[in-house]
Amino acid sequence: MKKPITVSGATSIDTGRRNFLKLGGIGVMIAGLALVGCDDDDFDYNPGNNIFDLGAGDVGVLNYAYALEQLEADFYTKVVNNFYTGASTAEKEILTDLYHHEVIHRDFFKAALSGATTQVLPTLEFQYPNVNFNDRTSVLATAKALEDTGVAAYNGAGKYITNPTYLVIAGKIVSVEARHASAIRDLINPGTAAFSGDDVIDTNGLDLAKEPKDIVAVAGGFIKTPFTWKERGIG
Amino acid sequence: MNILKILDKLSDDTLFSKTFSRNENLNHISSIGKKAAIAAIPLGMGSMLAAETKNENSADSIYFKKDALTDALQLALVLEYLEDEYYKIGLNTLSLIPTADRTVFMQISKHENAHVNFLKTTLTSLGVTPGAKPTFDFTAGGSFTPFTNYSQFLTLAQAFEDTGVRAYKGQAGNVMSNKTVLQAALQIHSVEARHASMVRRMRANKGWIELANGGNMPPATNPVYAGEDLTVQAGFNTATAFGNAAGSASFDEILTGTDAQAIASLFIV
Repeated sequence: MKKPITVSGATSIDTGRRNFLKLGGIGVMIAGLALVGCDDDDFDYNPGNNIFDLGAGDVGVLNYAYALEQLEADFYTKVVNNFYTGASTAEKEILTDLYHHEVIHRDFFKAALSGATTQVLPTLEFQYPNVNFNDRTSVLATAKALEDTGVAAYNGAGKYITNPTYLVIAGKIVSVEARHASAIRDLINPGTAAFSGDDVIDTNGLDLAKEPKDIVAVAGGFIKTPFTWKERGIG
Repeated sequence: MNILKILDKLSDDTLFSKTFSRNENLNHISSIGKKAAIAAIPLGMGSMLAAETKNENSADSIYFKKDALTDALQLALVLEYLEDEYYKIGLNTLSLIPTADRTVFMQISKHENAHVNFLKTTLTSLGVTPGAKPTFDFTAGGSFTPFTNYSQFLTLAQAFEDTGVRAYKGQAGNVMSNKTVLQAALQIHSVEARHASMVRRMRANKGWIELANGGNMPPATNPVYAGEDLTVQAGFNTATAFGNAAGSASFDEILTGTDAQAIASLFIV
């Protein structure tokens, strides 16, 4: 077992290849998706090694959404291809719907980007070092984290979109992610306030909204393929 | 007199299909008959109604951008007033909501109340007086009995939440000029979606909307779901992979300001 990296307390991950390789050997805590990160200054980052940059302006935001949808699609594909032990009919139906929706989202962004630019994010590789796909608790906790992350990501990225059409598209997707999150949270804690819990909704009644840098820091543990988004200070 | 009722009575597409200045609006209106409360139409209300047809980049729209933004917030406030009062009455109605369901509605109610206060504060900070709370009739003129029939209470709750999601989404373009307001609107919008998903599932529906079927909803709520069966998004066919139900459910649709007002007006005296 590899020796874990000491967390330096920073909130961003340098997504350079060296870091991704190191992260691959570390258990990423799923509960709350604890941040595992290193200060950008800790590593020499060589921009000349062909790492994909998400791009500028709206293209960058679309590629960002595409990356997150790739992750969700990949996760749910694994889930539905081998449901965890004891999955109920209702749970299978929900997870299958989520699989459908995220695959559609992913394919939508690939098509939308391909029509708008040549700078289309390639297919990423993912890893789930601490996820037990045979265990309900592990799968649902990961699903919850991914859906909440999706909501926070879209809510935090909206302000970076300049084309109103793209903004509406993002809006059409984020509410579906929120519906997902609500359902998963209720599966975990039925009949409680968890569907729209105080852990994600503040005293103004506002849901999460996170900066791309913070989202990539959290989701980066699942992503093996490095990328940068220099415009948003990532990499 | 309630502002939405005024607009409803004045309903005339050509009146609001161009961006008028306030004076021009008043002059135009006086040519088709004047009502006492017309002078109270907020500046730019016409631009909000025409938002879906207006060229966002026109010089006129730049002049009206702030008003399109605050009008969007006023519309949102009306919807939040509606939800806030609805859940307060429901929670205070003895023996309406089963004990096992109270936690959910207390959480939803808490959020709607917070939304009302947040929107009022936001409008005030933008230099605009928040609209007053309308007088609501949740029976919609006797069509529903939500406070004596829990099934109907759930039905209308689902309608209100699904409407809220679509209404906020429809106003995104009108608030994007102010990044702070836009982000807050998105953050409220996703909360309404969480609510909607939960209430839908309490009614044995899926948390998401497949086709244009609200799921055991009365015909009066058809406008809430009209258009949700769309399976083409920016030229991409969302039904190819898994069929129409999944394709349509993977994207929620907007409601224009006009359509959102029309739905809310059913419950406003």
